[in-house]
Amino acid sequence: MTVPSDQEVSDTGDRFDTAAPELVRFLTARTGRTWPPDTDLFATGGLSSLFAMELVVHLEQTYGVSVRGTDLRLDNFRTVRRMVALVDRLRNSEPGDHGA
Amino acid sequence: MTGQNTTPGAAQRLAVLGAGVMGTGIAALAIGHGIAVSMIDVDRRRMAEATDRVDRQVRTARLMGALPEGTRPGVLDVGVSLADVSTGRTGPLTAVVEAVTEDPNAKAKVLADVSALVAPGTPVVSNTSSIPIGELARSVARPEDLIGSHFMNPPYLIRTVEVIRGPRTGPHTLAAVRGLLTTLGRESVVVEDAPGFVTSRILHPMINSAVRVVAAGTASVESVDKLLQGCLGHPTGPLRTADLIGLDNLVDSLWVLHERTGDENCRPCELLLTKVRSGHLGRKSGRGFYHYEGDL
Ligand SMILES: NC(=O)c1ccc[n+]([C@@H]2O[C@H](COP(=O)([O-])OP(=O)(O)OC[C@H]3O[C@@H](n4cnc5c(N)ncnc54)[C@H](O)[C@@H]3O)[C@@H](O)[C@H]2O)c1
Repeated sequence: MTVPSDQEVSDTGDRFDTAAPELVRFLTARTGRTWPPDTDLFATGGLSSLFAMELVVHLEQTYGVSVRGTDLRLDNFRTVRRMVALVDRLRNSEPGDHGA
Repeated sequence: MTGQNTTPGAAQRLAVLGAGVMGTGIAALAIGHGIAVSMIDVDRRRMAEATDRVDRQVRTARLMGALPEGTRPGVLDVGVSLADVSTGRTGPLTAVVEAVTEDPNAKAKVLADVSALVAPGTPVVSNTSSIPIGELARSVARPEDLIGSHFMNPPYLIRTVEVIRGPRTGPHTLAAVRGLLTTLGRESVVVEDAPGFVTSRILHPMINSAVRVVAAGTASVESVDKLLQGCLGHPTGPLRTADLIGLDNLVDSLWVLHERTGDENCRPCELLLTKVRSGHLGRKSGRGFYHYEGDL
């Protein structure tokens, strides 16, 4: 059985333009580095995976979404593009649509 | 996926004493494995924050893929009295885990209180970093029920737990705690009793030496950590590890070691003491050897 939240998050044009610059600013402020949209934040030499939880909290507080259940996967936070797509999907989905 | 009650931890309950760095981390590990937890702390502020701190760590653990999938989380109960939890009024207890401040007197008192209340045969597990279990056993009603289990921070990411068999720890207690650790997905390594056991006896004086190297001006904090990581394969470096442990806790543990071994390498160095006096306790206070924001 496939649950909607297990699908790969996809790029979504509109939100990307508005949310991505904010997210990049946040990341730059917190890490002192710039992050192109498709760079893996957690690849070797990148950020500690514990930082991912900060990203979760930041996205929740900034965009009023709640990341729960199966959406809590490092893969959803690997790149700026994936995070924006996740936020976009959560904002457009009915509560209860995602995760358990 | 949810709804099936095949969770091995279901119907188990832990009492966790102390809602600090380790108490909340151990609670998160248990809850993530389906075990209910009752938490107690003497500090009201810590109690008020406990639910959020545990929830955040459960989510971090999930994010890291460190929890079994499809497990129904255990329930966290924070507004309870020691008497209600210990006597089983909130549900039968699998074990008590003591994770209060590393102060032999504080631990002796809380262990005496709890062991007088719990049903005989309930394992009382101390998460002390350094105090010999045999020494703590003098304060409890039934020394055979007391054992050490040294979870490391963060407990849900570190898979191995040092288990300390005190001179009077009973075989049933050892077996029960090993079973509990298996349910929690941890591997146990059983060692004999001594100040600092194995891990703190080696790690804490090593961190103290790293701080001395920085204080002597031989290298920066970053350089010490980089060398230990890059050349010696240390996962984070000793100073980042110190920040993760909590510098106050590290100093307490070093004093426990120094008093019991006489080893001068365990005398907390001046720079560590200064940091603690200025409230720079590491990750938990936002600043130690490094600066932190949005701390866990
Ligand atoms: N921090 C680590 O990395 C680490 C690792 C392994 C073991 N330990 C050990 O775990 C224990 C807890 O350490 P920590 O880092 O969580 O310390 P901490 O200072 O973060 O938390 C200790 C908590 O215990 C509470 N407390 C004190 N007396 C109490 C009592 N009588 N009843 C209930 N609560 C009480 C305090 O209010 C505080 O909230 C210590 O023995 C420590 O040596 C710590």
